[in-house]
Amino acid sequence: MQRTEYKDIGEVLHSTVLPNGLKINVIEKPDFATCYAVLATDYGGAHRDFYLDGELKKTPAGVAHFLEHKMFDLPNGDNALELLSLNGADPNAFTSSSMTAYYFSCTEKFEDNLKLLLHFVSTPYFTEETVSKEQGIIAQEISMGEDNPGVIIYYNLLSMLYREHPIKDRVAGSVESISQITARTLYDCHKAFYSPVNMCLCVEGNVKAERVFEIAGEVLGGEKCEKPRAEFGADEGELPVEQYKKEYMPVSAPQFLIGAKIAPCRDAKEKLYQRLTAQLALRMLVGYSSPFYTRLYAEGLLNRDFDYEVDFFADTGSVIIGGESSQPEKVLEELIKEVDRVRDEGFDEKSFELAKKASLGARLRGLEDFENVCISIVEGEFEGFDALEAIPMLSTVSLEDCRSFVAEKLQKDRLAISIIATGREEP
Amino acid sequence: MEISRCEIMNGVGLTCLRSDKFKTACMSVNLLCQLERETASINALVPYVLRRGSSLYPDMEALSTRMNELYGTAIEPVVRRIGEIQCIGLYSSFPEGEFLPEKTELLPEVLKLVGEILLHPATRGGLFLPDYVESEKEKMIDAIRSRLNDKRSYATIRCMEEMCCFEDFAVGRFGTEEDCENINYKKLTRRYKELLQQCPIEIIYCGRAEEKAVRRAVKDALVTLPRGEINYDIGTDVRMNAVEDEPRFVKEEMDVTQGKLVMGFRLGEIMEEPDPAALYVFNSVFGGSSTSKLFMNVRERLQLCYYASSGLNIPKGLMLVSSGIEADKLDETRNEIFAQLDEMRKGNITDSELSAAKAGVASDLRSTMDSQGALEGFFLSQTLMGLEYGPMELAELVADVRAEDVAAVANSVECDLIYFMCGEADTEDENAEN
Repeated sequence: MQRTEYKDIGEVLHSTVLPNGLKINVIEKPDFATCYAVLATDYGGAHRDFYLDGELKKTPAGVAHFLEHKMFDLPNGDNALELLSLNGADPNAFTSSSMTAYYFSCTEKFEDNLKLLLHFVSTPYFTEETVSKEQGIIAQEISMGEDNPGVIIYYNLLSMLYREHPIKDRVAGSVESISQITARTLYDCHKAFYSPVNMCLCVEGNVKAERVFEIAGEVLGGEKCEKPRAEFGADEGELPVEQYKKEYMPVSAPQFLIGAKIAPCRDAKEKLYQRLTAQLALRMLVGYSSPFYTRLYAEGLLNRDFDYEVDFFADTGSVIIGGESSQPEKVLEELIKEVDRVRDEGFDEKSFELAKKASLGARLRGLEDFENVCISIVEGEFEGFDALEAIPMLSTVSLEDCRSFVAEKLQKDRLAISIIATGREEP
Repeated sequence: MEISRCEIMNGVGLTCLRSDKFKTACMSVNLLCQLERETASINALVPYVLRRGSSLYPDMEALSTRMNELYGTAIEPVVRRIGEIQCIGLYSSFPEGEFLPEKTELLPEVLKLVGEILLHPATRGGLFLPDYVESEKEKMIDAIRSRLNDKRSYATIRCMEEMCCFEDFAVGRFGTEEDCENINYKKLTRRYKELLQQCPIEIIYCGRAEEKAVRRAVKDALVTLPRGEINYDIGTDVRMNAVEDEPRFVKEEMDVTQGKLVMGFRLGEIMEEPDPAALYVFNSVFGGSSTSKLFMNVRERLQLCYYASSGLNIPKGLMLVSSGIEADKLDETRNEIFAQLDEMRKGNITDSELSAAKAGVASDLRSTMDSQGALEGFFLSQTLMGLEYGPMELAELVADVRAEDVAAVANSVECDLIYFMCGEADTEDENAEN
């Protein structure tokens, strides 16, 4: 067991790796009533093709998400979601492009709930009947996404950024792709991706780390298996496939997402630095106190519905900036001008220092949320870095790295824009 | 946690939730006004215009720079509707000094800035800047229109609007587009001055500072607050019964793939002396959790929908049940929802349903203590309803809720209006009227 203290932020992380390869991280919070636990596998919507035992396996889009829906079924007919709820816990799960996570929060019976979590996630049970029943439910969910402008605009952007990478397809798959899924597919993928070596357990709250390690060891025994290696296809470079896509939906005002690809650094620590640099650079470039945002806001081109994010997963990296605007094309044009200006003039020293201060405050705020902290730690484990290192590392980011990030990664030819316009297309 | 509430100035209440367990502190300053059609928009616009600039920090860039200097302090306009009370104001959150270089204590500086934004806006000739007013007006109109974008929540808004069409509750927290259009900088300045003079103000603080220090900082920040005669005559009109004998039915077509059914209920005579513990447990058994009757039957057993859940608005005495369904499943889903309610009216609530609901509700309440945002909302709402207990006390009351208390709630609720949003192609197979 390892104990790491992060003095500046007042956090202590207890971590260990079980003989079967399961990584466990615990943050003890005796002053809180809540316990939050997440058990996640390094397996998401993008992990469709993979090597196991030296053999390439191909699966249809949507298996990871389908598995997530079916994992709650237990062989004796019980449903784990129900059992956890009956215990007063608040359980749920999600599947992203890069991971599947099962979690709960509770204020009582933590140990029972944790045992249940570890048990059901490691107990596959599927029949042709339950699989075909679920196909109907997931098809409904997929069709619900078709009414959701947020879903459409996002996948339109990804399909402009990527030619082949599976990240461009919806995590839930399509009605057609999920119709190919059988109980066999689910068993195979569970076996490949749900072995402890491919997973991480993270707990924060009113718990004792020792007990979490013990319980995990009791419930999840077994040998260390081979970790599957996902195959995401050839490197697609940093230029988008297309740069402009517009679709019409019944929304009140046009929505837009501007995106750019960033090739992730190979070294995990460098990747964390790369992420922090990108976040700080974007804060200065388009953040709420940036000249760009405040000017466009005052001119009526942007409103409060505006944000940016930096994502690194499934061997990809991207910057996404988006919001609502009556003139999305004009916003893009202004962004390009701002990028050129920063390339030529750089950021000034004072706004850099203020951005760091603001970022520190925002990150401290982020530490209040157990779910946010645990999911970041899990993400870090899968990517190979220590998420809690982010705050100390923040002070090492250099002004010049921020400038060159903007100058190199956000040039005009690297940007793609996805727009949802109001009403219907002219015939 | 130490909880205290006191009146620190004429009509200004301060609730202090002192706790050492958080790394950030928060404070909200809320001006309370009666939610009314005529004034909802103009009231709501005030904090957004204030946030554009003050006399010391005349534009957003200057304000944001100041907030960045205070380690990313966030001070944002907030407009809420709690029952028929409209709460407008500013919500701030800022890191605790202990985790900052040189242990900088931010509370006094943050409050100074809050006071500056609230009381000393950027003006010309004593009036708000027309530019700021016009631009925030447009943005508020956009925000009202953008409710359309999420069909699921829009359907619940539409159901509430239709159900409460004779009540002020139907007015959204931002009012209406037309009312926004009619605002100008002169009217808004006049209204702003009235609000400062008349509105009761509730301040909620949660953080590490001692009550004395908070009180002093608030008093310093609000020293120039112009107070007149305070208007305490605000409150919520709770309608107990449905408007007509049979539930009203409203159907609307929109470009959606999946239909959205929302059923609006009055909580009924139980609202004469509402028992929040019983109400929460009732909601959890009926449709508020993944072990609820609606989830287990409408979704899991009959597979009529992708989601089916219920939610309460206790201050106004309402319950909304919402579900995403295919258009041809309307009758069947509605009947099943009523059938499940009938089961509860008859007292058919199993021990495991009851204990799961009680455990879930109590756990939610206890975890309120772990989130500043949740604490702030809980205590603001309690103060407005004149209730004094905290989440832990309420969690204890939940343990005493019996099946008959839950059945009593079920017998009290009454369906008032059924709203259905369906796709444009679904109109021909029209057979759903009742």
